[in-house]
Formats: sequence, structure tokens, C-alpha cells
Amino acid sequence: MSTHHIQVTINGKVHEADVESRLLLVHLFRENLNMTGTHIGCDTTSCGACTVILDGKPVKSCTVFAVQADGSEIRTVEGLAQDGKLSAIQEGFHEKHGLQCGFCTPGMMMTTSALLEQNPHPTEDEIRHAISGNLCRCTGYMNIVKAVQYAADKMAEKVEV
Amino acid sequence: MAEIHGLGSSRKRVEDARFIRGQGNYIDDFKLPGMLHLDIVRSPYAHAKIKKIHTEKALATPGVLAVIDGPTLQKYNVHNMPTLMSDTQMVLPLDTVKYQYQEVAGVLATDRYTAADGVAAVEVDYEPLPVVVDPFKALLPGAQKVRDDKDSNHIWHWEWGDKEKTDKDFENAEVTVKENIYIPRIHVSSIETCGCVAKWDATNGHLTLWMTTQAPHAIRTVVALITGHLGLSEEKIRVISPDIGGGFGGKVPAYPGYVIAVAASIVTGAPVKWIEDRTDNLAADSFGRDYHITAELAGKKDGTLTALRFKTIADHGYTDAAANPSKFPAGLFHICTGSYDFKNAFIEVDGVYTNKPPGGIAYRCSFRVTEAVHAIERMADVYALKIGMDPAEFRMKNFIKPEAFPYTSALGWEYDSGNYPAALRKAMDMIGYEDLRKEQKEKLARGEFMGIGISSFTEIVGAGPSKHFDILGLKMFDSCEIRVHPTGKAIARFGTKSQGQGHETTYAQIIAEELGIPADHIKVEEGDTDTAPYGLGTYASRSTPVAGAAAAIASRKIREKAKKIAAHLLEANEDDLEWERGRFFVKGSPDQGKTIQEIAFAAYTNHPQGMEGGLEAVNYYDPPNLTYPFGSYICVVDIDRGTGQVKIRRFVAVDDCGVRINPMIVEGQIHGGLTMGFAPAMMEEISYDVDGNVHGTNFMDYLLPTAVETPKWELGETVTPSPHHPIGAKGVGESATVGAPAAIVNAVVDALSHLGVTTIDIPMTPRKVWELMHKHGATLEE
Amino acid sequence: MIPPTFEYVAPKTLSEAVAALGGYENAKVLAGGQSLIPLMRFRLASPAVLVDINRVEGLSYINEDKGWLKIGSMTRQSTVDHSALVREKYPLLADTVSVLSDPIVRNRGTVGGNIANGDPGNDYPATMLAYGAEVVAMGPKGERVIPITSFFIGLYESALASNEILTEVRIPTPKPHSGGAYLKLERKVGDFATAAVAAQVELDAKGKFKSVGLGLTNVGLTAIKATAAEDFLKGKDSSDDNIRQAGQLAADASEPIADVRGSEEYKRSLVKTYTVRALRIAVERAKGS
Repeated sequence: MSTHHIQVTINGKVHEADVESRLLLVHLFRENLNMTGTHIGCDTTSCGACTVILDGKPVKSCTVFAVQADGSEIRTVEGLAQDGKLSAIQEGFHEKHGLQCGFCTPGMMMTTSALLEQNPHPTEDEIRHAISGNLCRCTGYMNIVKAVQYAADKMAEKVEV
Repeated sequence: MAEIHGLGSSRKRVEDARFIRGQGNYIDDFKLPGMLHLDIVRSPYAHAKIKKIHTEKALATPGVLAVIDGPTLQKYNVHNMPTLMSDTQMVLPLDTVKYQYQEVAGVLATDRYTAADGVAAVEVDYEPLPVVVDPFKALLPGAQKVRDDKDSNHIWHWEWGDKEKTDKDFENAEVTVKENIYIPRIHVSSIETCGCVAKWDATNGHLTLWMTTQAPHAIRTVVALITGHLGLSEEKIRVISPDIGGGFGGKVPAYPGYVIAVAASIVTGAPVKWIEDRTDNLAADSFGRDYHITAELAGKKDGTLTALRFKTIADHGYTDAAANPSKFPAGLFHICTGSYDFKNAFIEVDGVYTNKPPGGIAYRCSFRVTEAVHAIERMADVYALKIGMDPAEFRMKNFIKPEAFPYTSALGWEYDSGNYPAALRKAMDMIGYEDLRKEQKEKLARGEFMGIGISSFTEIVGAGPSKHFDILGLKMFDSCEIRVHPTGKAIARFGTKSQGQGHETTYAQIIAEELGIPADHIKVEEGDTDTAPYGLGTYASRSTPVAGAAAAIASRKIREKAKKIAAHLLEANEDDLEWERGRFFVKGSPDQGKTIQEIAFAAYTNHPQGMEGGLEAVNYYDPPNLTYPFGSYICVVDIDRGTGQVKIRRFVAVDDCGVRINPMIVEGQIHGGLTMGFAPAMMEEISYDVDGNVHGTNFMDYLLPTAVETPKWELGETVTPSPHHPIGAKGVGESATVGAPAAIVNAVVDALSHLGVTTIDIPMTPRKVWELMHKHGATLEE
Repeated sequence: MIPPTFEYVAPKTLSEAVAALGGYENAKVLAGGQSLIPLMRFRLASPAVLVDINRVEGLSYINEDKGWLKIGSMTRQSTVDHSALVREKYPLLADTVSVLSDPIVRNRGTVGGNIANGDPGNDYPATMLAYGAEVVAMGPKGERVIPITSFFIGLYESALASNEILTEVRIPTPKPHSGGAYLKLERKVGDFATAAVAAQVELDAKGKFKSVGLGLTNVGLTAIKATAAEDFLKGKDSSDDNIRQAGQLAADASEPIADVRGSEEYKRSLVKTYTVRALRIAVERAKGS
């Protein structure tokens, strides 16, 4: 059974690890690097609780092998806040009650981060489509949509009161 | 001075701080030194004898430490455990499995990957046995028995109401209606699965059990009872429920994995983690529903309802592991007379064993209330349809009148308060009911199928008064302990356990309202049985009605003592003092007062002689009654005659949960609850073939709606406080799940009733709707 | 849900990748992994070696060239989804990719993967059949072009040899007065089709069907080309009557299997309904183009 030496940059910090080829990327975070903000919720790449940004695109990290991410840049929920300051997205989820149990939230926020980079002013339907790979059981999505809209407005420097 | 954020404040959530940073502490986040992993071998057969478990390959896998089977656990007499309904559940089988995916053996390894390899390496020889999946067939004489230790597949018979009077009403009725309603199995599927970390401290004889549990104290007591003979006693067991990624009832039961993990930790002396895969979770954990209801209503031609008669077959799986109050094996199903003034009612429920996983009440349903409400709200429409009356008019005619409260139903529940006509009228105004009926006529003339469905539900929550309620003998009070610090801040601990409902935020608001201490200065804790006062946990929407009441009462006890201290500080008579939120002052001299903060400080530095120092109180609240939230939901659907797809065009939900502690959180609960009513109505189902093979063990087969399918909920409110609850609040967590499905079904039936359709069972998948239309020659292939 | 162990190689060139595939026993290509990795997590697939071709240069592109839209096999579905060129000139493909799995999976899933799998539930095969596409495969003996009509052989079985790698799919650039549409019944985002229909049409100057491509998803062991329906429409005008008859012929050509999503009768009915609706949209788009 081969192990591979990989180097990944996560939230701007370089990490090295020796991993089995079968190690799932989500386990690299959770087990090897003790970054437990990214969660696991299913077996079929359906729920999106494990969503992280890999080389600029949101991916479900339970369906990528860690070896495939060698040399990649990854952003996880732990990297949303900068210098202790919450991102507009985190603020939006808090202000608009976009989370209840919090388990799907890291994945939702990473998807949101990618969405707003690509489409800074999404309509409600565009938001719903963008998060259709992320399941939530608590919120019914209503306030998640509001959270994303809040973040979009904030990032465009229009704060809704 | 910080804002108080008392009742009615949409205070932002305290718990968010850690969740939005990815710093939640969910079970799988825990890592302890030397921790081992437990994974589980599961049966591919629904019913089979275990001939032999071959462990050699597994044990030869480097890193696999043990394979634990039933006989191993039997040495410690923990191969079986009692269920919450005092039936018996296998932890691991000795020789026979009773449902597909049943736990057969535990594999203990150094890490989760190795544990999975170990599971794959275990080979089991089975001898398949005949399978029982149809509960009706299971009740026939001579049917294959599911349980070797029982005489038949009939678990219990429960009936309630007046059979004679009811039968008489039916005999003499001008109108009767009858339908068979099947509510299939569904699964809570919280995004976090179940799991635990069991840590046995051999030196001190202590067990610490971190666990996804909604009821940590009950678990502690049950663990103490079943491991007492091994030397574990309750003061040496600590159950910690950390952050829970959704519960919805699915994290109430004790699953075999927990017990195996505890046993493994005790035997190895190492911490043991068990975390389910999604497949484990869906296939084996407690389900909700699986009720076959034959529902009948009787009444007059003018639409006046007189009597109700329901007969239910309850499919419980191979053991009765539902978490119902022990007196009520069918939970609170007898709320089924609903919002209507029935003269007489009689219901019977028969529990049945089948070769399926055990359970029954895990799905945000308030102890079988969803089943009850679904049946009555569907039958209201069936009746209205039969006599050609508009369903809104029909409901208005039969509602329990606002003046009638407190109202005792024909099945004995004393409803605390309600104003059903106001809620329905509000919903009708919000949706534009009369215009929609016009539109519906016009559309039908063009061959377009549009439907409008109403659900005017009455919920029953807040279990429950000690004279009627207990689970495994434990009374269903709940508790709050408050301690105010010298600097006027406070800590409050509860016997409940939030899984996303925001207790850290809302409980503080109750106390803030009562004491005038800003909510931001009140730390709320739950879930650690070493520190939290005893309670039966959070499910069945009971936290606000019971523990929330305890918070208010404990606060008032503190206020009583505070008044004495204030009198001492102000050198006044207690009777001369008045309270306004946050301070006592002398009547007539409002500037002569002491704030709660000043009083708190004095409690530690300057308390009256002869009085105990400190400022704290605890209350174990035994509710005098349940509470009865209610609401009216209206749903508008358009049906695609080519594909059978149902599009929910609009859904208005008017909810009345009494006083709203935090409107933002209440709305969030309703959004989520509606979605968990919508999903079973449209797409969720766990089903079995004749061999007991289960379908729906992953999210490709068990369908949870995304943001695209989920409707854009429109909310409204009325507020009818509970007269007996200290702050007039009723609880709301499950109302929407309870009330929503019937509104959607009623809408679909309404769209198709002109074809002669009177009923359809959920989930209303495209194929099912298409087949129904096709049966009536009404599909359009374009 | 932990996969079994395997050896892993990540070649940088196509020829290395082909050599690796042929050089190991029980080796499989790892492209997007969005189908393969879940199978491995369920231990339904246990390849001894994974040949990761994500680092092979030159397999990701969308270009129009000499009358063809050429898409590299490692092009991510999301790239296709966001391509203005695809949206503008290849609406059938745009429709298809927008309902393929979910938007996050599409960031990893590849065009090649959705064709090479041989899964009748995949959406691309029917669309490629409707387009009359070709695929390019690279093997130890070099490159070959395989017409899509020869590509889908059986359940999880394609014309691709075990030591060949799919490198490109080519769609003929539609002529003027062409349009297409893909309609899929998914019970929710991410579901496989209960049934889906891909329609690509070219109209002549008089508005009659010059050529028609109809592909059917998940109503047979492979995607199905509804040839009888296609042939029926050639030379006919786009009246509702003709379209309905074509719909019936497409339904007759389908071989659905009854399962939890629907009975045979229901699925055939869907094929008919969606064929009619997709043709209507395709015709409208053709007239507008």
C-alpha cells in the first residue's frame, strides 16, 4: 500500500503530509490536520457538508482523494475570517439566522463564497441553484438565501439594515 | 447599559459564534489520545439465523483489535437492552437477525479506515428465514412470528374514547366518510449522523460518554440501569451531549452502536469512537410514522361533524422502541379530533412487529401528532368534498369556538387556548383565497389542474404533567437552575438539549425578561449530566413549554429573594416595593430603587442577617397541562398533466405558538418545520420489498429537497397565549411539520377531485400523481 | 464509507497515462471521480490501480474548429455550464449540463466521464446521440475516432477498450435554423432522470425538418437513439400532429425498466411527453436562430 507525500496550501498556510492514496480530502482536514470545521454528512456526494474551495472552485471534499490535491490551494471555513475579522458571509449567516444546528453551515458558506466571487449580485433563484448541492434540514433555506443576499450587499458596500 | 433582549426580541444567536467559524464541537470532532474506532458489520438479510461469524481475516488485518459479537456481550449481559417502551432490543444478536442492516458484530480498530477494512473482512454465514413485512399479514392467525420470545406479532392494543356512543353516532349519521390513509416510514436524516465517544476511566471507575443525544439524563439513568451489574453506577457515569447537528427525534433512542462502544471502552480501557455512515443511519436508526389508518367521520348533511372513529395498524419493526410516554403507546395520537368540536370519538391502535428496524416517533412529530393531524385534516376535506362544501367554510363551521376554551375534547384533552377562525381567516386573506377559487374554476375550464389545500391543525406539546406522563417511569418534568454572580451576571443550566433550536439564545431571553439582567450577561448551558439539572431532554417541542417555564419560575424565585435583599438595602418594607424589569423601587418614590445588579452584589457582600447568601434558584417544572399551538396553512398547487409533477405555487403558514420569545428563531423553526412537512409529502419514503430489502439507505434514494425544490414559505402569525404557561408560550418546533403535509395533500386532491379522486397517499411523487390521473383518464401526453 | 486501498499514479502526459492503464492489471482511469469515488466508497468498485489523468495537460478545452465543437474530455462540466459559446450555439448541450448532478459536483465531473461511464443514467450520452457526435480515444496503438452511435454497447459497457482513454468529444456545429433542447424529469436536483429526452433539429428554408436527432436517457440499458422518430420527421413540417407522432415513435423505441421512479408505462409516457415538448422548444429555437 503506497503512501504519498503531498503538499497542500490551506487558507494560505502550507501543510505537508504523508497519506495513503485512498485518504479522502475531507479526512486530510479532519483527521491529519485537526481542522474539523468541514463536516461529513452522507455517502453519496449528495449533501455538500464537506464543501471546500479547491483551486478556486467549490468541491465536495469527500469525493476527492487527498493525493489529488497535492500542490493545490484550498480554502475552508477556518479561513473565512481574516485577522480575526468575520467575513461578510459569516456576518450574513449570523445576521439573518441562516443557521440552526450549524452542521451544513461551513459547506453552505464555502459555496456562497465561490458564488459571490463568480456572481456578485445573484438573484434569489440563482442563489437557490448555486446552493442546490448543499442540503440543510433545519432552515428550509429561506434564511440562508437572505444571508447570501446580505453578504452580497455588504460586499458591494451596501449594507441592508 | 446592554440591551435586555427579553421576550419578543429577535436577538441574534449566541451559538452562531462558534458555528460560523467552523468551531462547533460535534461528536466526530472529538479526538482523545489512544482513541479507537468502532465500525459495525450489518446483516444483508431481513431475517436470518447466524450460522457462523468468520473473524480470522478481520483479526489478521493490521490495526484491527477485536471483533465483538453477541455472545461476547452476553458474558457481561449487555447483549440486550430495554427499549423506552419496556420491550427488548438486541445490542448484538446471539443467533438471529431481525431486520436488514441489523448490527451483527462490532469491529474495533486503531483508526476508522482500518475499522472499515475490518468490517469488509468479516464474513458471516447466514441461513435466511421467512420475512414478515406486511403488518396486516403479520396479524393473521398462523402468521410467521417475528419474535421468538413473543406469542404473536401483535404488540399491544390501545383504545381511547367512547366506543358505544361513537358507534351509535355513526349508525345514526346523515353523512359518513371513510378513507384508508397510509403514512409511510420516513427518516429524520439530520445532516449529522449518530455517534459517540465512550471513555472508560478504569482508575476511578468512571464512564464518560459523549453522545449525540437529545436526552442526556435519561441516557445516563438507562445506562446505569443496564450496566449496574457490571459495577457502573449513576454517579460514575457522565453523559455529555455536545453540539448536535440536528436531532428531530432521531437522537433520542439508544442505538446498539452506543452500547457496543461503551462495552469496548470498558474492556480495552481506551476511548472508543463510533460514528455512523449515512447508510447505517438511514437503514437502521429509528424511523418515523408507518401508520395505516382507517379514518371515518360522521355528521350531518349541513356539514356539522358529530363523531370520529379511527383504527390504526402501527408498524413498529421488530421491537417496540418508540419513545412514547409509557401510558400512551400511540403517543398523543388521540389529539386526532383536532380543531373540531366532536361530540364523540373512539380510536384504536394496534402495534405490530415486522422484520424492520424499530422506532416510530423520530421525525419532528410530537409523539404521533403528525399522524393524527394528517388524518383529521385529510378527512375534513374528504367530508367537505362529499357534501360539496368549501373546505374553508367547512372548517369554520366546525371549529371549536374561541369562547369554548379551555376546551375538553371528546378524547379527553383539555386544550388551553385557541382561536382557530382568526388563524384561518388570516391565512385566507394572506393568500387571497376567494380569488384563487375563481382562478381555479377558470383554469379547470381550460383543462389546467390547480388545487388549494387547507390544514387547520391543533398541536399538542409540552409533555408532560406527571400524573399522565413518564418515559420508562421517569416523570417528564424539566428543569432550570440559575445562579446570579456578584457582578450581576448569571449562568443558567437546563435539563433539555438544543440541537439547533437556539436555547443558548432564547432561554436567556426568558430570564432576562423576568430579572432584567441583559440576555448577553446570561450564560446558558445544557447537555452535561454532571452539571445540568435533571430533565427529560428536547423533543416533542417540549423545551419552551416545560424547561422554559422552569426558567421563568426559577427566575421568579430569585426575584422573591431579590426583593428581600432590596428591602434590606432600601431599608423599606417588602410590601412597599414595586418591580419594574431590572429593579425594585419604593412605591411612590421611583428614584429610590436598587437594580438587580446591585442586589446581586449585595447577595454576596451585604445580605440581611439570618438569610443565606448567594442568589440562585432551581425549578423542576411539572407542567399542569400540555400546550396547544395551532395554525392554518393554505397551499396552492399546479399539476403537470404530462409528467405528474406537482408544483407548489404558494404556501401560506399562519402559526400561533402563544407568546413568541424570539420571533426570528420562531420563524426559522417554522421554515424548517414546513420543509420537513413538505419533503415527506412529496418525496421522502423508506420502503421494503417482500423480502425485507430496504430502499432508501442513501441520499440518492432517500430524497431530501434542495433549495430549488423547497417552496418560498410565506409566514403569518396570531398570538393566543397559553393561560397556564408562566410566560404564555406554547412551543413551536414541530408545528409546521405536523400541519404542512395535509395542506399539500389536500391541495393535490382538490386539484383532482373533479375526476372523482378522494384520496392520495404520501409521498406524492410524480409517478404516483401521474398514475392516479391516468387511472381516471386525465393525463395529457401533449 | 471508506474506499479499499489502491495504488495511485498521476502521469503528466497522455502517453504515460495510456501506458499506465495497460501496464497494470485492474487499473482504472480517475477523471472527475464523481462517479468512481462514491462507487469505491461503497466498495462496489475496487480497482487495484487508479491512473489519475487530472494532471495530463491539453485535455481541457472548448473550441470550434472546422465545423465541430471540440471539447476536451477533462473539461469540467461547470466550464461547459458557464460557456457563453455553448449557451449561444449549443442550447441542447447547455440544457443538458445544467441539469447534470448538482453545481458543486459539476466542478469536478468531466465531459469525458459522463460519456465513458456507460451508465444509462448519465445525461450526456442521449445528448451526444442527438447531436450525432464523435468521440476520440487514445490507446497504445494511437488515436481513433468512434462515432457516438457505435459507442454505447451495454450497461456500463462502451466501445472504449480498457487501455484506452477518451480524449475528446466532437459535436457537429449546427447549421443555421438549428435548435435543441433537453428535458429531464428529476425528482430533485442531483437525481438521475426518471426519463429525459435530447432533441436537436435543423429546419430547412420552408421550416420543415431537415434533420432530427433524438436521444433518450435512462429508459434502456444504454441511451437510446430514437431513429424511427427521427426518420419520420425528416421532410415533414413541424406541426403539432407530426411532433406528437414522433413522440409516440420515440416512446415505442424506449425500453424502460420499472423501478422506484416509475412503471414502464409511466416512463414511456414521459418519453412521449418530453419528446413533444423538447421538439417544440427546439423548433422555436431553430426558428429564432
